[in-house]
Parts: sequence; C-alpha cells; structure tokens
Amino acid sequence: MSGPGSSCIEPGPPLWLLAELTYRCPLQCPYCSNPLDFARHGEELSTAQWIEVFRQARELGAAQLGFSGGEPLVRQDLTELIRAARGMGYYTNLITSGIGLSEARIAEFAAAGLDHIQVSFQAADEEVNNLLAGSDKAFAQKLAMARAVKAHGYPMVLNFVTHRHNIDHIERIIELCLELEADFVELATCQFYGWAELNRAGLLPTRAQLERAERITNEWREKLAARKHPCKLIFVTPDYYEERPKACMGGWGSLFLDIAPDGTALPCHSAKMLPVQFPNVREHSLRHIWFDSFGFNRFRGDDWLPEPCRSCDEKDRDFGGCRCQAFLLTGDAEATDPVCGKSAHHGLILDARRQAEEAPRGLDELVQRNVRASQIICKG
Amino acid sequence: MSETTLNDIPQLRRGFRLQWEPAQNCHVLLYPEGMVKLNDSAAAILGQVDGDRSIAAIVAALRERFPKAEDIETDVLEFLEVARERSWIELH
Ligand code: SF4
Ligand code: SF4
Repeated sequence: MSGPGSSCIEPGPPLWLLAELTYRCPLQCPYCSNPLDFARHGEELSTAQWIEVFRQARELGAAQLGFSGGEPLVRQDLTELIRAARGMGYYTNLITSGIGLSEARIAEFAAAGLDHIQVSFQAADEEVNNLLAGSDKAFAQKLAMARAVKAHGYPMVLNFVTHRHNIDHIERIIELCLELEADFVELATCQFYGWAELNRAGLLPTRAQLERAERITNEWREKLAARKHPCKLIFVTPDYYEERPKACMGGWGSLFLDIAPDGTALPCHSAKMLPVQFPNVREHSLRHIWFDSFGFNRFRGDDWLPEPCRSCDEKDRDFGGCRCQAFLLTGDAEATDPVCGKSAHHGLILDARRQAEEAPRGLDELVQRNVRASQIICKG
Repeated sequence: MSETTLNDIPQLRRGFRLQWEPAQNCHVLLYPEGMVKLNDSAAAILGQVDGDRSIAAIVAALRERFPKAEDIETDVLEFLEVARERSWIELH
C-alpha cells in the first residue's frame, strides 16, 4: 500500500455485465452511443464465446446482465444466450428498440427465463419518433411490442432518450408510459458520446426546457405517489447543466464491465474512443482483465488524478468525472471533466449551453447513425 | 400512516428476485436494472414472503427461528411497510 490519498485496494467484483451482442441495428438514432466507426469493427463473438464470458463474469460476482447492442434481437442465438445466462443465476435484462420483436419471440424468451425487457422510444409522437429512428414503421411496432411485453407478464422499463426536439412533450411521454403500464420510466437526456456528440448542437435542450421537464416529472411523481401507483419515474439530467460531473459508471473499473461485440472488454460502453489499449476476451480471462489489465487500471482509484482534482476534497464523490467527456472536449483523457466548474475548460460547457440558446440545429440537420455515415466519418 | 396489518399477505412483485450472492456475501434483491444488498434481518423477512403466508404467519415463523429476538412483529411490519413503499412487494 502506498501513502495517504492512494486507493490501492483490491477492486470489488464487476456486479454489472453489459453484453453488447452486436452493433447491427435496423434503426439510425442520431444520439446512438455506439462508436462512430462501428461499421469497421471486427467479427462478433460466437454463441459459445458469449456463454464463456457469462460464466467467467458470474464467477467474479456479476449478478445483473444486460443484453444490448446495436439491436440484440438481430442475434439469432439470443434465446440460447438468455437460457444459459439465466441458468447461471443472472438477472437478465433485454434492452431493445422493439424492432424485430414479435409475440412468438417474447414467449420464447420468457420460457428461456428472461427477467425483464426494456423498450426504448425516440418520442411519444409518431412522426418525430419515426424521423429520429429513421424508420416509418418504428412507432406502431414499439407500441404493439410494449403491450405484448406487459401481456406476457414481464416487468417493463420504457426508456425515452430526451433532447431538445422531444423534451417539451414530456407530459405526453409520461402519459403514454402509464397507458402502456410501464413499471419504470427512464427519461434520460441524451449524453454526448458517440453519435450524440456529433449532433450535440441539434440535441442539447435549453436550461428552460430542462427545468420545465423536471418540474412536470416531479408533479407526476407526486400524483403517482398519492395514488400509490407502482410506476417509478427516473429523470436523468445531462451533465452539461451541472457544475459538478457525475462519477462515471460509479468509478472506473469498480462495478461495471462492458463487452463490445468483438470481445473487447471496456469499463464503460463509450470508453473505446479513449487512447487506451483495452483487452479482449478472446485473449485473456475476465479475471485478468478485471484485476490486472492495463486498461481497467488506467483510471482506477485516484492516484492518476491531475490538479485541480488531486487536491480537491470532492474527489471521492466523482473521481474527476467522465474520462470520455474529458477526452472528447479537451483532447486529454486525464483532464478534469470540463463539466466541473473548477476545470480550466469549463468554458466549453458554457459555450454549448449558449449554443443551445442561440444557435441550435434543427431536427433535419441531425446526422443519422448508419453504416454509410459511419464509413464517411471514420475513413482509414 | 401505516396501513400494513397482520392479515395482509405480502408477495414479491413480478420481476423481483431474492438471491444469495457469494461474491457480495449477502442476500440481494434483484429487479429490472437494479440490485439492493439486504441485511440479515431484511433477508430473513423477505425469505418468508411467498405470496401465500400472511404477515402474522411470517411473524410466527420468524419467532420460531429466532426465539431470543425481541419485537419481531414491529420489525416485520416496519420493514414490509418500507418494502411496499419502494414497490418491492404487493399486499393482498
Ligand atoms: S440508439 Fe438507436 S441506432 Fe443506436 S443501437 Fe439503439 S436503436 Fe440502434
Ligand atoms: S475538481 Fe475534480 S474532483 Fe473536484 S469536483 Fe471537480 S471534477 Fe470532482
């Protein structure tokens, strides 16, 4: 153990495993958190390789498993993966856009032991939803599938990624979720990584929009509580309107383990953009990856922190903020997250807020996430 | 404003699962995208919740298991009230 302020303690187990089964997706959301160069990524892990990942992570202590992507329904072996994971004792979550879902598959997943389905929506309004998702039939399909999920008795989380073009409809969004009998509703302002960063000027809401949405959400919370309604509303504000950053993923390499489609192990699904070498499950055991690999130790604890974080008394709370955000905005992965009012780069956040007020971009100017755009943006 | 009474029959809500986790050395309650660690008494109480037994029956079972413990009835009622508020259980 080294001196005071160090944190050379053995990290706890990765309680959360996120299996990004594929980057393939029939939708084209302009805020997608997949890497901009997803079209260039390598071959997906096989069924057997995924099951081996689940086994090793479970042995380390993972209890929650999320199947995500891309669109996980694209994988033809999804039922088999669910069955294997549930058999190991995982709580299994399917995180889907609902496209590619059918009553038959919902029933099949239930029989395989799937615990919960989260359906994500782009908007509560058919036209905006379809425009954002880049598909004409998306909305009707989502509604039908949300109803089918409940009809099969699953608990359901509905996830709405909110941004300047839909956040003013928050009341309608909440009403729709209640109509669909959601058990949890996540109203999350999009975070600016991946495609969302590219489209930030067209997505970031104004402070007034955000405050209104939060107020309406709180009013609904009170109404629901008074009625003893079990639905929970979860409202996530974008860090761009905070003066302190979030503790990214509860701390680097402390709870969360993400496996990208090609087997790259990451401490967070957007970490692939960082100039850090990350290990692959094809080459190393998860035990080695979690405890010993360079990538997972790179920003663990607080020994690596630069000033002003190093001598800040809040460092136990946020560990200097999000590495991806620091890197995207400053070009330096070690920098203090510019969201922090103490960061020398906080002006960048103020500029983005100003742009949201004065020079936002329209819905029609958003770059949609698809293979063609990915290839144009990420040549080489 | 506790409305929980001894005649109520508690049941874990659909999608909630109580499970022993060796890596965390405790029982946890798992639910959609979430997990809470439970202390021993919370786990002992939730472990009796099966959708059949009334709270009175749960208290009796716990008295038998922990004959030295005091105020089991109050503890159970208070804990289940919290569990209901958090929507972990339903009362029938
Ligand atoms: S955010 Fe949209 S485009 Fe990206 S994976 Fe999800 S559904 Fe597909
Ligand atoms: S200076 Fe660093 S540690 Fe302190 S609050 Fe800001 S980001 Fe967190």
